Amino acid sequence: MRGDDRLFGYVLGLADDALVSAQRMGWWISRAPQLEEDVALANIGLDQLGQARTLLAYAGQVEGNGRGEDELAYFRDERDFRNVWLVERAQTDFGVAMARLLLFSTWQHELYAALATSTDATLSGVAGKAVKEVAYHVDHASRWVVRLGDGTDESHARMQDALDAEWPYLAELFAPVDADLVAAGVAVDPPHLHSTVLTRVEDVLAEATLVVPQVRDAIGGGRQGRHTEQMGYLLAEMQHLARSHPEASW
Amino acid sequence: MVTATGSVGESRSGAWKIAADVLDPELPVVTIADLGILRDVTEDDQGRVHVQITPTYSGCPAMETISTDLVDALTQAGYQHVDVEFVLAPAWTTDWMTDEARTKLAAYGIAPPHPRGADGTVPLTLAVRCPQCGSLDTRESSRFGSTACKSLWVCQSCREPFDHFKAL
Repeated sequence: MRGDDRLFGYVLGLADDALVSAQRMGWWISRAPQLEEDVALANIGLDQLGQARTLLAYAGQVEGNGRGEDELAYFRDERDFRNVWLVERAQTDFGVAMARLLLFSTWQHELYAALATSTDATLSGVAGKAVKEVAYHVDHASRWVVRLGDGTDESHARMQDALDAEWPYLAELFAPVDADLVAAGVAVDPPHLHSTVLTRVEDVLAEATLVVPQVRDAIGGGRQGRHTEQMGYLLAEMQHLARSHPEASW
Repeated sequence: MVTATGSVGESRSGAWKIAADVLDPELPVVTIADLGILRDVTEDDQGRVHVQITPTYSGCPAMETISTDLVDALTQAGYQHVDVEFVLAPAWTTDWMTDEARTKLAAYGIAPPHPRGADGTVPLTLAVRCPQCGSLDTRESSRFGSTACKSLWVCQSCREPFDHFKAL
């Protein structure tokens, strides 16, 4: 495999995590428990979409086949997406959405903080900018997890259930990436982020009177292009307009 | 090649002055120079202009409009070849906002951002002054407002809701 192929795969993983998470955030617009929350989740999704756009454009450039951000977002099939399972599954329970955002944004925050010193100028530029935005996402998710966890009996039980449901998908975020990219200072090795992310999440859970789930890790496989059943439905919705009306602009 | 990044007005090219007057489409009382979005304007001896702008947030939807407005403004001023480049590093910060921008934002009804800490952190407990009545008795109603860069607040004294430009 050429070095460029490995960089392409690495950047695509980061881009697809952000893109797919943004798509799930967008689902909440008009469905969140209060109007301010519609706005908040839309804004968080917009930050993630902005990160995804720059990363996808860069991935296309690295690949060198003339694919731009739109082509990569709208005209790839399920097996060509490299995002983790955590971000792709449907969530219709607000507690699940907040549990997931806490796990994902805490991981993203540590990742971007480390990637800000990448030897790759584009990755360090994206990360240096995104890390400040994601700090607000972590804060938002943490507040909700504490409010619901340390709330009523009903909200506590549902928040714990939500956490139990999302926890098996945490491990996939820490799978190692290409060793040569890490050695070259281009990529951040996810296993190195594990203890810091876990400590930060556990601090929030303690304040929320929630317990760390004792559950088995999910199989995962998103980085290799293997996805859950729900990924196809997500892409159908996300890509429908662009595929029905190629070249459309407004 | 003439570079126009100096802080002294006289050293800046005509192209910089035109670019600097472009307004932010979502905050039409402040210019992109006031906000620190305009990073660099270079003009070569053929009259070609290269503009660098940086987004406030990664997903800021105003960037496309700002880019179009820049090309329009410079083209109308007689520059034939204008290109606009988006740069990400160094990352934009609210500390680049001029004092004039802060004053204009407050007059427009948006509480300006606090300065960030030396280590880049933002103390979360700082009171935000109501841009309507000046009271410090205000509370945050949502961390995210009408755009990514603002949060929603309510004044407990005059009861008016208002936007606060978040420190970043």
